[in-house]
Amino acid sequence: MASHSESIIREPLVTGKNITYGRVTNEVLFPVENKPNKAWWIGFTVASIGACLWLFAISMTFWYGLGEWGLNKTVGWAWDITGFVWWVGIGHAGTLISAVLLLFRQNWRNSINRAAEAMTIFAVICAATYIVAHMGRPWLAYYCLPLPNQYGSLWVNWNSALMMDVFAISTYFSVSLVFWYTGLLPDIAAIRDRAKGLRQKIYSVLSFGWTGSVKTWQRFETVSLILAGISTPLVLSVHTIVSFDFATSLEPGWHTTIFPPYFVAGAIFSGFAMVQTLLLVVRKVLGLENYITMFHIEAMNKIILVTGSIVGVAYLTEFFIAWYSGGEYEQYTFLNRFIGPYWWAGCMMYGCNILMTQLMWFRKVRINIPISWALSIIVNIGMWFERFVIIVTSLHRDFVPSSWAMFYPTWVDVSVFIGSIGIFFTLFLLFIRVLPSVAIAEVKLLLKSSSEQAKKEQIEHGHLDPEQVEFYKQSLTKFDSVELADYDKV
Amino acid sequence: MSSTKMILGLFDDPDEMMHGIDLLQKNSVPIYDVYTPMPIHGIEDKLGVKESRLGYAAFCFGCLGGSIIFSLVYYTLVHDWPMNIGGKPHFAIPDFVPFTFEWTILWTAFGMTLSFFFASHLFPGRTPRVMDLRATDDRFVVAIDAKGNVPHDDITRILQEAGAVEIKHNDRKYVSYE
Repeated sequence: MASHSESIIREPLVTGKNITYGRVTNEVLFPVENKPNKAWWIGFTVASIGACLWLFAISMTFWYGLGEWGLNKTVGWAWDITGFVWWVGIGHAGTLISAVLLLFRQNWRNSINRAAEAMTIFAVICAATYIVAHMGRPWLAYYCLPLPNQYGSLWVNWNSALMMDVFAISTYFSVSLVFWYTGLLPDIAAIRDRAKGLRQKIYSVLSFGWTGSVKTWQRFETVSLILAGISTPLVLSVHTIVSFDFATSLEPGWHTTIFPPYFVAGAIFSGFAMVQTLLLVVRKVLGLENYITMFHIEAMNKIILVTGSIVGVAYLTEFFIAWYSGGEYEQYTFLNRFIGPYWWAGCMMYGCNILMTQLMWFRKVRINIPISWALSIIVNIGMWFERFVIIVTSLHRDFVPSSWAMFYPTWVDVSVFIGSIGIFFTLFLLFIRVLPSVAIAEVKLLLKSSSEQAKKEQIEHGHLDPEQVEFYKQSLTKFDSVELADYDKV
Repeated sequence: MSSTKMILGLFDDPDEMMHGIDLLQKNSVPIYDVYTPMPIHGIEDKLGVKESRLGYAAFCFGCLGGSIIFSLVYYTLVHDWPMNIGGKPHFAIPDFVPFTFEWTILWTAFGMTLSFFFASHLFPGRTPRVMDLRATDDRFVVAIDAKGNVPHDDITRILQEAGAVEIKHNDRKYVSYE
């Protein structure tokens, strides 16, 4: 709105010339309203094969039991919990983008929040499958709930961090789903009003009868803001509670108070990396370069740099405390991570998460799309190894050397993990086919204040300080779709 | 007698729509409702829409959820099945915190969102009562109840003056789906 003006020196959040409200709807809904292209089919086929692999491997696990995994008497938790913590961590960026950035009025979230929230939902689904699968008898999963039963006064153990986990993850999933779906309503209504026949009927049911009246919008914004307000502490609590699974034990390498903030930072770190991995492809394949701009990519890279550095400080703190505590088991565990049989996993963890991330101090790296994409995948690999190192290297050698053992994954372990990635991408690819991957209504909100054309108009009509205009023009070099020659005429 | 039930002014720019609302109000033409593809900030004051009370609902649901789970944990852990683990107290409040916190948020989210759906008459499968199909795309629609608002030509003129790209005299209240 005209009353909502923005500083000229801020980079435009929507680039391109002559972007109208109708064009935003057309461009974002293009993949939803048209047949999928070749790239989508290739991606979907590969992902579906992965999903089938998961189905087969998890069926084997359920049929024959946890003996199908490479667990042993010493390493009782391995790839399952590694995968669980990894997926939950990935999920966190979605809530962070949709909730925390909304609270801080960061408008750049508007173009990326929808895809990031969808990613959250799918990542938490993957995490939940691990939790249910590792129970051994998944058909008894309801034992985790405080239900009245015929065993007398037998209740769940509220003192257990695992019980806290059940509540944290289920709440997180439910609230994320509500937040995501409520935000989708106006956009589903937009699809409905352009569709015909069966599609119209389906989207009509899904749109809940949305009309876009003033009062509904007002309530919608209130709900979004309050959901953001309560999701912000929620997202911090969830990974804090996930870290309790380890931190409340006496296991060397786990029993540490730095875990809650360290896990939260790690979650945001890996989550943003996955958002980057997905969005760099989505923007290209779906032609959304005007909405997911270089500014968004650079901003996410800055967050990856900051959280990666926090994780680095946490690693150093862990080492320092292991030494400073004077506990010989603790000291040995950390030494073992470097010189023990799993040294290579430690190298992957430190190399990918600390060394590689530091490249992002250079702006040229931050605004380079192929390098950013490669780094985002490296971060995700590194963060998987972080969880593997914490879990397996701590367990495989604990207090009694006679019980020391190595962990070797079976093909079922590997298939469940690769398959879960398949499940994730299958769901994500289906999502971009049937729902808008950019929040249409929220992007339209930016056209009058933060788009390139609005800024250009401001330069044309406003009495601006030439230095500010010059600064703004220089900042435009980041945008691959902006031609500086256009500004020479202004 | 005219069969027009609704007069719609369709704008392609939110600023012009706001200008149109000003002009209609200046001429004492009551506005039935406004439909937009995105939230328009500041329009509530102009149209006299009261502030949403969903925040109060959120607070109440949060308190309810928190109280329920705290009571359940207290009942099971302290009253129904107290266990002596190393002489530690049964009423160990730190262990109550995560559950109380999670359920406070869960009930706030669900309670408030369901209240929003209830108050706005939104539910799965509800027949959408849309004034114009482009109101969710690129048109900003000001709807005026035609009944009692005569002469209609004056309203049309005001809307034209404000920059409406299209003016419709509909003889049905809603255009679609019914």
